Amino acid sequence: MEQLDHFRAQVRAWLEENCPASMRTPVVADEDICWGGRRFVYQSEDQKLWLERMAAQGWTVPHWPRQYGGAGLDRAQCKVLQQEMAALGCRAPLTSLGVIMLAPALFKFASEAQKLAHLPGIARGEIRWCQGYSEPGSGSDLASLQTAAQDMEDHYLVNGSKVWTSYANMSDWIFCLVRTDPRAPKREGISFLLFDMTSEGVSTAPIRLLSGASPFCQTFFSDVVVPKANMVGEPNKGWAIAKYLLQHERNMAASLGRPGSGRKKPMEQVALETLGDDHGKLADPVLRQSLARLQIREQAFALTMQRVGDEMKAGADPGPASSILKYCGSEINKQRHELNLAIHGMAGLGWEGEVFDEGRIARSWLRSKANSIEGGTSEIQLNIIARRVLGLPATS
Amino acid sequence: MPLVLSEEQRLLQSTAESFFREKSPVSALRQLRDTRDFDGFSRPVWREMVAMGWAGAGLPVRFGGLGLGFTELGVLLEASGRTLVASPLFSTVVLSATGILLGGNEAQKSALLPRIANGDLLVSLAHQEGPRHDPDAVAARAVARGDGYVLNGTKVHVVDGHVADRFIVAARTAAATAGASGVSLFLVERSAAGVSVERRIMVDSRNMAEVRLQDVAIASADLLGELHQGGRVLNAILDRGNIALSAEMLGSLRAAFERTLDYLKQREQFGQLIGSFQALQHRAAKMFCEIELSRSVVLKALQAIDSNAQDIALLASLAKVQLAETFRLVSDEAIQMFGGIGMTDDEDIGFYLKRARVAQQMLGDEHYHVQRYAALRGY
Repeated sequence: MEQLDHFRAQVRAWLEENCPASMRTPVVADEDICWGGRRFVYQSEDQKLWLERMAAQGWTVPHWPRQYGGAGLDRAQCKVLQQEMAALGCRAPLTSLGVIMLAPALFKFASEAQKLAHLPGIARGEIRWCQGYSEPGSGSDLASLQTAAQDMEDHYLVNGSKVWTSYANMSDWIFCLVRTDPRAPKREGISFLLFDMTSEGVSTAPIRLLSGASPFCQTFFSDVVVPKANMVGEPNKGWAIAKYLLQHERNMAASLGRPGSGRKKPMEQVALETLGDDHGKLADPVLRQSLARLQIREQAFALTMQRVGDEMKAGADPGPASSILKYCGSEINKQRHELNLAIHGMAGLGWEGEVFDEGRIARSWLRSKANSIEGGTSEIQLNIIARRVLGLPATS
Repeated sequence: MPLVLSEEQRLLQSTAESFFREKSPVSALRQLRDTRDFDGFSRPVWREMVAMGWAGAGLPVRFGGLGLGFTELGVLLEASGRTLVASPLFSTVVLSATGILLGGNEAQKSALLPRIANGDLLVSLAHQEGPRHDPDAVAARAVARGDGYVLNGTKVHVVDGHVADRFIVAARTAAATAGASGVSLFLVERSAAGVSVERRIMVDSRNMAEVRLQDVAIASADLLGELHQGGRVLNAILDRGNIALSAEMLGSLRAAFERTLDYLKQREQFGQLIGSFQALQHRAAKMFCEIELSRSVVLKALQAIDSNAQDIALLASLAKVQLAETFRLVSDEAIQMFGGIGMTDDEDIGFYLKRARVAQQMLGDEHYHVQRYAALRGY
């Protein structure tokens, strides 16, 4: 305990000394988020400095071992760091798909040489990664993917196309599911390949979404040469890695259902201000009931997240829970956005101009529709629950 | 507090589940119904429950109880809910013992609680007067006379009222004012002059009664809690009652779901198991998700009572809405998935549908508690 207090004092002093003042203000705009990578345009010198200083400490990924760019902190120390950063209002120095999506797979499945080659670059925010999973012809049926990596003796030759590649046009490297055996059953001919997005033959085209934003790309590969050393795990064994990462992704997507995520003012306050009150009750009795039902679902969901977390700490298998949480979380978030639209009425459907906050309400409502599609649709989650959790027989 | 059962609580759970499975399966309820049993519950099974200390599970040791918490009581109710056990566990142990513990003075507690714990005394809460739950609607009146009160009124849907030795009766003693409901609680002997009790047979084959009180003389020593302030105790009883009832409902709906799932895995149509149809698989998966949410809210609410948290009322309404809606969903889907066989009296699944609606309605259904939840959240 005394050691931890000592550590806390050290952390606090270091943060006081090294966190630039502008990095102690709340994240408001998209540009406030630091994604890192070779193509990243830093919002300010401070943003760059903050990333570099934290990376040098190993504190972008404090729980990773030192040889991979972390600080080797234990759980209690990580919590202290988190608490001290929160106390000072420090921004996250790095937001990274490499950290949250790729690294768990590398730690579990990659060779030592691959870990040493890729993890430190992720930790320092030098290399930004994107994920090559879905294809134009392979959405929910992910395992039917067709992007081919042909074995050319001393390298692989990659041809095909990926879609919904988040920020592919800003990323340096891609982790990609490719077909290495076209004759094997679909799940047994897939491999997990890493390659540089500046390789010859790689091109990207942003996709404009309903919300007007373009965070995703379609990505094209034409005779891309990839060294054999870039395959994670054995050839044709990539589906196990894919499934592992998908489960991981579901766990993160689930947090959408938590009350208050992505919202500044409590919804009941917005509702009271917008709809007015009648002797302390929300003036519209039907919307009042809808709001109560939503908040009941939010609270029940938050308690379930807590229970699942506590069960995992007690040694339970998180496997079955991730589909339940992904399904409920995304459906609740959609419900929340629908109710938010209803409460705001026509003003919630404004698209441009300051009066409508540039369509913030409508755009985030549109974004929420993707929640039950990305990372495995709600229907896929229900299939998983029915088959793997409830043990119902396969559909013939 | 972690949102998981402790090892001791899990042990109690498996003990209780095997006890009820063996001693009081659904066929026991069917038999009570078919024989029009006078008590509507099995005294021998109740005596065994008493012998294990369950009648005093939540009572302090000095009153002859086991000194366990509400979480343990919830575990017992969930287990009893699995086979729809008819017993005084809810009426006497949850509602009435809690009421005496919360509202009673030392003399009342030491006179009554040990007798509840050793199975000598059955007590029912008589608060409701209309068909729907409305704790503020108390028309029964108690007027001061001499050294005591005279009580008049009619109480309906009194759980286990026909077997109760005593009642906790809510009666108006003053007009409602700010800060006080004007309602007081009284302990009334069933054998007192002017008390008449009529059993009411309900759809779920469990027990309710109408209790008429005509010029019933009450000694001032039988006032439970403070005069005019009974509303507060009553609300505290009802919150705990709803949370315990939610635990019982959780056991019932999980059992109904398991029975349905088993049926999906054995019934064949079109040459295949009906559980292989995606139209049914997705509905089963959605039910399972609701059950998972239900488990979390019930455990949280039970723990909140034990830690005397600030938000017991909110969690009681949360639990009741979640459990009422989930029990509705699961019981409706169970009948639909069982198909024609589910409509027959020979198949047990119908008992779960019948119990679902009574449990939903008791102490306020989801419509009532959604509104209460909104009010408690300040809108």
